[in-house]
Amino acid sequence: MRIKCPVCGERPLEEYAYRGDAKVQRPRTHAPDQANAWHDYVYLRDNPKGRQKEHWRHSGGCGAWLVVDRDTYTHEIFSVRLTKAARRRAK
Amino acid sequence: MFSSLLHQVKKFQWPLNQLSLINPNAIVRCVRQDKCGDRRFMKYSALNLLRQAMGGHKDWPRAWRDPEPKDAYDVIIVGGGGHGLATAYYLAKNHGIRNVAVVEKGWLGGGNVGRNTTIVRSNYLLPEELPFYEWSLKLWEGLSQDLNFNVMFSQRGVLNLVHSDAEVDAAVRRGNAMIMHGADAEFLSRDECVKMVPGIDDKNSRFPVYGGLLQPRAGNARHDAVAWGYARGADGYGVDLLQNCEVTGITRDRQGRVVGIETTRGKIRANKVGLAAAGHSGHVAAMAGLRLPIESHKLQAFVTEGLKPLVDTVVTFGHGHFYLSQSDKGGLVFGASLDGYNSYAQRGNLPTVEATIEAAMHLMPSIGRVRLLRHWAGVMDMSMDGSPFICKTPIDGLYLNAGWCYGGFKATPASGWCFAHTIANDEPHAYNAHYTLDRFARGYAVDTKGVGAQPNLH
Repeated sequence: MRIKCPVCGERPLEEYAYRGDAKVQRPRTHAPDQANAWHDYVYLRDNPKGRQKEHWRHSGGCGAWLVVDRDTYTHEIFSVRLTKAARRRAK
Repeated sequence: MFSSLLHQVKKFQWPLNQLSLINPNAIVRCVRQDKCGDRRFMKYSALNLLRQAMGGHKDWPRAWRDPEPKDAYDVIIVGGGGHGLATAYYLAKNHGIRNVAVVEKGWLGGGNVGRNTTIVRSNYLLPEELPFYEWSLKLWEGLSQDLNFNVMFSQRGVLNLVHSDAEVDAAVRRGNAMIMHGADAEFLSRDECVKMVPGIDDKNSRFPVYGGLLQPRAGNARHDAVAWGYARGADGYGVDLLQNCEVTGITRDRQGRVVGIETTRGKIRANKVGLAAAGHSGHVAAMAGLRLPIESHKLQAFVTEGLKPLVDTVVTFGHGHFYLSQSDKGGLVFGASLDGYNSYAQRGNLPTVEATIEAAMHLMPSIGRVRLLRHWAGVMDMSMDGSPFICKTPIDGLYLNAGWCYGGFKATPASGWCFAHTIANDEPHAYNAHYTLDRFARGYAVDTKGVGAQPNLH
């Protein structure tokens, strides 16, 4: 599996670090009624067999956080883009 | 005691009474009806081997039936691997629930039970997990006799090498925890480690060997035989093993209770459904609308060409998370860490192959010229704290056995034993009481390694 970093181009897997599912959203507050939301955010995953958007970091290269759209069964990569935060920093 | 003895004598004598030394086929016919306890199969014994030899080995029956699915069962187990088959076996044996089906999408034992590196141990640390794994080891010790199937359990010991003062302290602490829970542990000095495993590079300047924690009762077993032994045992009790039968849906009534499953071989009704689908647990649970604290990752295993006896124990290299043993055929069997990202592919990636081989070279430079014969990967159900689930779910009638990370093989007997208990009694046994789904919400994660909710690091 090779990932095409938008900044550095196609690079081997060893240069990347994995974070996981990009779909889960961090709750906005620590309010008590958010306890379930926090539990779901930290622990529960869809874990699909198929396409999943996930966070990778080009830690051995430019250091940018990426959103990679990848099939977890075939390992086919459909798209790689910078995260919003990374795009903001690039501007 | 007396009646069981009498039963034994009767059992032994009844075929003999009808022995006809002239016609071996006649002998075979009467042995076929023989019953082992209340199980219906031909017992594997020296006597039966002799009888079959006289008949040219033509009359050995199938080890298990290949039945058509019935309309309904008391319990359905999803997943015909080690844990699923063991669950069915103990449901029948311990709890008298024999109207049970095991549904398997492929063939029995085609998943992780046939893909692991066969290590069996109970060298755990936490009080939530030690009694469970020690119970498993105790079941392993009597498993071949219990199943009447040789699982080739070999208590050759597991030696965890340590490479710094801090690791020595941690190993001694772990050893003491094991001893306090009734397991066995011994701390070996560097010289004793070298004596036990002559090939290790104890003076490696980067990772010198400081000693090792040995569990003498640990070892390994023949993994296929475990699946086959449980399958044959369960079938003998009347459990239906349904292969090529993939679950496509979980049926629920208006109250939300589970009432059956849909499969590629039709609908099957049951008020209790147990999931033991390993890496595909999340996939199956999603059919009931359940999200799990599990990610599926892949782990690779490796076998080299056959060598003369080199390692007569299981040895692990602490710094590289690398483990190695030698199979009875002579091949070195080893593995290391996960590939690191979510995957359902049962094949590995080359950077992990390289990292594993580097660890092998650190531990045992002498095997550098040995050729690799095969390597493969299995899909691991990595949980958020590295510990499993054997529990009820929020859905009535749905039970879960999952989250084994890459330590499921050693747990097979106790996992089936506890899961059967949980399904039969609708409540967990003390051994699996901590392995619940809601432990994260309650703040009782069983986090052995202390790395938090990052499954690829466990």
